[in-house]
Amino acid sequence: MFELLGTTLPSRLFLGTAQYPSPAILADAVQASGTSVVTVSLRREMAGGRDGEKFWSLIRSLGTRILPNTAGCHSVKEAVTTAKMAREVFGTSWIKLEVIGNHDTLQPDVFGLVEAARILCDDGFAVFPYTTDDLIVAQRLLEAGCKVLMPWCAPIGSALGPVNIPALRSMRGHFPGVPLIVDAGLGRPSHAATVMELGFDAVLLNTAVARAADPVGMARAFGKAVDAGREAFLSGMLEPRDVAVPSTPTIGRAVFS
Amino acid sequence: MKLIVNGQALEIDASTLAELLAALDYEGDWLATAVNSDLVHKVNRAEFQLSDGDRIEILSPMQGG
Repeated sequence: MFELLGTTLPSRLFLGTAQYPSPAILADAVQASGTSVVTVSLRREMAGGRDGEKFWSLIRSLGTRILPNTAGCHSVKEAVTTAKMAREVFGTSWIKLEVIGNHDTLQPDVFGLVEAARILCDDGFAVFPYTTDDLIVAQRLLEAGCKVLMPWCAPIGSALGPVNIPALRSMRGHFPGVPLIVDAGLGRPSHAATVMELGFDAVLLNTAVARAADPVGMARAFGKAVDAGREAFLSGMLEPRDVAVPSTPTIGRAVFS
Repeated sequence: MKLIVNGQALEIDASTLAELLAALDYEGDWLATAVNSDLVHKVNRAEFQLSDGDRIEILSPMQGG
């Protein structure tokens, strides 16, 4: 169980809903993963269109919590307005705040992010900021009112996994009481297990599951990896050593010469 | 009246946001609206007066990561 912002979540895996081969596979992947939070977005609706209604109906049938995002927003104004529109449609004050700073890398504009976070926190939102692993930015986000942080571990959709483990470890150490959710860049279940072993509270991923050859199987694998990583973190892992240490007792060993 | 709706220039006879939505066959409580980059709550659409050149965004739930 994961206590987050006064809510008890059965799973520490947050799952995106984009890029699946079909709505049915999306639904099956959500179920297989065991996730209790899915991310959604808002996009322009065609005149007379019903695509949004169909998708919204599917999402509601999943029975999970919903974390809307501001994906694609490149300015504070865009992100703030999108967040307010999402709150009205989805009926939640949770918002995954993205203020993108670069089209190619999709890295966050951390200055705009802090500004937008302050505006939205003051307006009653529970802001989940998509940020980097920079400690000073993280501190500014907390000062702006964020109660949770979502650092990347690699660029969105890259599948590179945690490319800067010392930075993630440092972040975990600097903010021991803050829920930290690794968002973006995870490619394999072992990546998820790695960041969970570092003590991160949860992970959010999408592409690695949705674009797998078998999204349902991959969703299940990620669910297990997140659980395994968390249990390993809580169980106290052995520190690496530079010398060999026999695991079989040497006392009482037979001598044949 | 000339309006920009979801990025498309339109010439349409509608004085309020609610009238615009009806004229374009938008309906449903899953829609969110903004005029000139500011949210217009659904309860305010009937009274919200449009002006020539307004930019309207009409959004609905979509897949997201």
